[in-house]
Amino acid sequence: MIELSRITKSFNSGKPNQFTAVDNVSLVINPAQITVFKGPSGSGKTSLLTMIGCMARPTSGRIFLRGVAAAVPFQQEGAESVEITSLPERFLNEIRRSTFGFIFQQFNLVKGISSLENVMLPAYPTGEGRALFRARALNLMEQFSISRLAGQQVELLSGGELQRVAIARALINNPAIIVADEPTAHLDSKLSQEFMEIAGRLKGEGKSVLIASHDPIVFDSPLVDSLIEMRDGAVDASRGRR
Amino acid sequence: MKNVQKAIERHLNILEFTLASLLRRKAKNLSLLAMYLLVVFMLASLQFFVTALKREAAIILDDAPDMVVQRLMAGRQDLVPGSYASEIALIKGVTAVRPRLWGYYYDALNGANYTIMASDDPTAVAERASIGSGIARSRNLAVGDLLPLISYDKNPIMLEIGTIFPSGSDLIAADLIMITPEDFHKLFNFPSGQATDLAVTVHNPKELPTVAAKVASQLPDSRPILKSEIMRTYQSIFDWRGGMTLVILTTSLLSFIIFAWDKATGLSAEERKEIGILKSIGWETSDVLLLKLWEGTVISLTAFLLGVVLAYWHVFFLSAPLFAQALKGWSVIYPRFQLIPVVDAYQLTILFFLTVVPYTTATVIPCWRAATIDPDAAMRY
Amino acid sequence: MILHPAALALLLIALLVSGLGIYAGYYGVRILARWDPVSGSEEQLELERRTYLISTIMSYILSFELMSLFLFVYTADDLHTLFTGAMCAAGTLAVNPFGYPALLIKIVNFLLAGVWLIVNYADNKGYDYPLIKIKYELLNLLVPLLALECCLLFAYFAGIKPNIITSCCGSLFSRESVSLGGNLSSLPHLPMQMAFFSGMIITALSGLYYYLRGRACYLFSISATVTFLISTTSIISFICLYFYELPTHHCPFCLLQKEYYYVGYLLYATLFSGAVAGIGAGLLMPFRKIGSLLHIIPGIQRSLTLITLVCYLIFSLITVWKIVFSALKLG
Ligand SMILES: Nc1ncnc2c1ncn2[C@@H]1O[C@H](COP(=O)(O)OP(=O)(O)OP(=O)(O)O)[C@@H](O)[C@H]1O
Ligand SMILES: [Mg+2]
Repeated sequence: MIELSRITKSFNSGKPNQFTAVDNVSLVINPAQITVFKGPSGSGKTSLLTMIGCMARPTSGRIFLRGVAAAVPFQQEGAESVEITSLPERFLNEIRRSTFGFIFQQFNLVKGISSLENVMLPAYPTGEGRALFRARALNLMEQFSISRLAGQQVELLSGGELQRVAIARALINNPAIIVADEPTAHLDSKLSQEFMEIAGRLKGEGKSVLIASHDPIVFDSPLVDSLIEMRDGAVDASRGRR
Repeated sequence: MKNVQKAIERHLNILEFTLASLLRRKAKNLSLLAMYLLVVFMLASLQFFVTALKREAAIILDDAPDMVVQRLMAGRQDLVPGSYASEIALIKGVTAVRPRLWGYYYDALNGANYTIMASDDPTAVAERASIGSGIARSRNLAVGDLLPLISYDKNPIMLEIGTIFPSGSDLIAADLIMITPEDFHKLFNFPSGQATDLAVTVHNPKELPTVAAKVASQLPDSRPILKSEIMRTYQSIFDWRGGMTLVILTTSLLSFIIFAWDKATGLSAEERKEIGILKSIGWETSDVLLLKLWEGTVISLTAFLLGVVLAYWHVFFLSAPLFAQALKGWSVIYPRFQLIPVVDAYQLTILFFLTVVPYTTATVIPCWRAATIDPDAAMRY
Repeated sequence: MILHPAALALLLIALLVSGLGIYAGYYGVRILARWDPVSGSEEQLELERRTYLISTIMSYILSFELMSLFLFVYTADDLHTLFTGAMCAAGTLAVNPFGYPALLIKIVNFLLAGVWLIVNYADNKGYDYPLIKIKYELLNLLVPLLALECCLLFAYFAGIKPNIITSCCGSLFSRESVSLGGNLSSLPHLPMQMAFFSGMIITALSGLYYYLRGRACYLFSISATVTFLISTTSIISFICLYFYELPTHHCPFCLLQKEYYYVGYLLYATLFSGAVAGIGAGLLMPFRKIGSLLHIIPGIQRSLTLITLVCYLIFSLITVWKIVFSALKLG
C-alpha cells in the first residue's frame, strides 16, 4: 500500500517563476490493483508519479510505502512501512530499483544496443550475476513473445515491439509496483488494448499498476480498479471512481 | 564475502556496458584518444630520451679520471706546463698524474667537429688512427682506408684507419679520432712539454676534495674538476634541458586538459538522454559515476599504453628524430645514433602523473554533472 | 628551482590536489551552513548532490596522495646525486628546511584523507546522513593542510640548488647528531624492541578481543595508533639496522632502495594502511549509538580491525624474519 500525505511539489521555489505542480495531495493506493491517474495536460500527473516512484522528492509532505519493507536493505525504527520522502538519493534508489518498474511514454530504450541488453539494463548495478538476470530477461522476452528480437538493435523495432521490450525491462528486477506514464500515447487502439491486457495480467500476478493517461481505452477499461482525477495539481475528489 | 562478490559483479556489469558505449560513440572517443595519445607520446619520448642520454653520459664518465686539472689564463682554459704534473704528483694521496692531449678539429667537408685525442698507448703506430663509428659512417671509411686531415700549416696528413670503435652506445666515441702524441703535435703545432689538461688519480676517493683543495692552493691558476662535479653538472643540464622542453610541452598538456574538460562537459543530447534513461530505470548517481570512471580509465589506459609503446619505438628504434636536434645539439654526425633502451617504473610513474592524473582531475566535475542528471528528466523526453 | 620531471609532476599533483581540496572545502562549508535534511527544497537537493562530488574528489585525493607520497620519497632518493654529501633521500630532504616538513605533512594528509573516507563510508550507509557534520568539519581541517602541503612542496623544490653541501643519513640519523633524527636513532635498541613488540602484541590482543567480543574498541584503536608511532620510530631506531646489517646506519629511506628489494614500500604501505584503519575504527566509536548506524558501524569497525591486524601482522612478520635471519646481531 502506498500512502501520500499532503504532498506538494514546487519548481523554482523562491523565484518569480515559482510553480506548484502538485498541491497538497493526500491519497491511498491499494496493492494488487490498477490505479489510473487522469487529467488534462499539465495537471501534475507525471510529477506525482515521479514522487511515488522515488525519482524525485516532494517539496513537502510524506509518502509511506507499506509492505515493501522486506525489499529495503535497512531498518527504520518501528517500521513495517518506509517513509521515503526524507531518504537520501542512494536509499531512494535502492527502493526504486527493487520495488518499482517504469514504462515511459517514449519507451526510452537506449539506442545502439540490442533489445536483450535494454531489458537487462536495470539489473546491471544491482550486483547480481550477469548469467542470472540474463536468463530472467530471456524468460521475460519469451513471455511477451519477443525472443526472436533479442539480438536486434532497438532502432529497427516496431512500436508494438518497442512497447513490449519496455515492459519486459520494467519487470526485470521483479518489482511489486509498475509505474506507467502515458504508455499508450504512441500506440494504435489495438496495441493499447493489448497493453491493458498485459496490465491485467500483471495485476493478476499481485503487482500494483499505476498508470497516468488521458486515453479512454485506458481509463474506461473494466480492469481499472480506481480512477483518480487530477486538476491543477490537486485531486478532484468529486470525479474519481472507486 | 557476499558483499564483495556483489561489488565485483556490479563493476563487471558496468564495465561491460562502458566498453559497449565507448564503441558506440567511436568518432567522439577516437578524437579524444588521438589527442591524449599525442600528449602521452610527446612526454614519454622526451622522458625516455633524456633519461637515456643521462645514462649515456654516466657510462662515459665511468671511464673518466676522478679528477682533471686545467689551467686558467685570464679566465680561459690554457695549456698546462709539464712542471704542474710533477708538482701535483708530490701531493700526498695522489697515485698518478697523466698529461692529456686533446682538441677539436673542424672538418670542412661535412661541417662536423671531431674530437682528436692523443693516445697513451705506447704501441700506437705513427700515422695510424682509431676512429669512432660516427666518423666512419659519415666519411664512408673502413679499416685500412686513408683519412686526410689538414694540419695547422695547411699540409695534409694522411692517417690510415687502424681500428673503428664499435658503434655501441658511446656518445663521445662516435666523433673521436685517436692518434699518437707525435701526430697530435704535428697536426695542431702543439707546443711540446705542455698538455691540454692533467688526469689525476687519487688512491682514496674520499680524499678527492682535499687533494683538489691542495692543488688549487699550491697552483693558484689551476682549476681542479672532480668527476662527481661533472656528473652532477651533466645531470642538471639534462634535467634542465628536459625540464625546459617539458615546460613547453606542459602548455600542450594544458590545452589537452582544456580539450578533455570540454569533451567531458559537452555531453551530446544523445548521451544526456541516455544517462537520463539509465537513471530513470534505477541507476544511481554513483553507478553513473562508476560508468564514467571506467570510461576514463579505459581511455586513459589505452592512450597511456599506446603512447608509451610508440614513444619507445620513436626513441629507441628511430633515435628520436623529433627531439634529437633540439636536445643533443651536438655535432651533425649522429644520423643513426642508437640509444640503449632504459625504461623503468619510476619514469612510467612520472609520465602517469603528468598525463593521467591531470586528465582524471579535469574530468571529475563534468562527470559528476553528467551523473547528477535528474532521474525524472526521462519522464519528459 | 630545479626542473626535474618528477619535481614538476609532484608540483602539478600538489596543485591539483589542493585545488580539488579547496573546491571541496568550499562546498563543505556551504553544506555545514545550509544543511537541512527534512527539507525537500531545491537547494537541499543540490547540496545532497554535491556530497557525491565531494566523496569522489576525496577518494581521488587519497589515491593521489598515496602515490605522490612514494613518488616524493623516490624522487628525493633519485636526486641525491645532485648534492654533495647526499647518499639517499635523507640528504636530499635536508638541503633546505622545507623537505622534512613537506614529507611529514604528506603523511599526515594521507592518514587524514583515509580517515575521512572511512567516516564518509559509514555516513553513506546511514539513511539520514548521520555523520554529515563531523565529516565536513574534518574536511575543513584537511583542506588547509592540503594547501600547506602544496606551499611546502613549492618552497622545497624552489629552494633546491644543485651543489648544496648537505648532510645525509650517515650524520642525520647518527647517534651523535642533535637533530630529531639523531635523537630517534640514539634511542636504545633493547627498550625500543620491547616497546615495539609489546605495542604489536597489545594491538593484536585488543584487536582480536574486539573482533571476537565486540568490546574495548577504544583500547584497540589507541594501541594501534600508538603502535604506529612506535613502529615508525622503531624503523629508525633498530628495524632498519637489521636490513642494512650495519649497526650504525639508521636511515629510514635507504630501505626503499633496490639493494633492499624495495622492502620499504611494503613496510610503509602496511604500516600506514594499518594505522588508517585503526584510527578510523576508534573514530567511529562515538557514533555507534546513532539510530541509523546502529547495525552498521560495528560491521565497519570489525572490518577495519581486521585490516589493521593483517597489515600489522605482515609488518611484524617481515621485521621478525629480518631480525632472526639478519647477519647483524644487536646486543
Ligand atoms: N522541472 C520543472 N520545472 C518547472 N516546471 C515544471 C518542471 N517539471 C514540470 N513542470 C510543470 O509542472 C506542471 C505539471 O507537469 P506534469 O508533467 O506533471 O503534468 P502532466 O499532468 O503529466 O501533463 P501531461 O498530461 O501533459 O503529461 C506543468 O505545468 C509543467 O510545466
Ligand atoms: Mg505527463
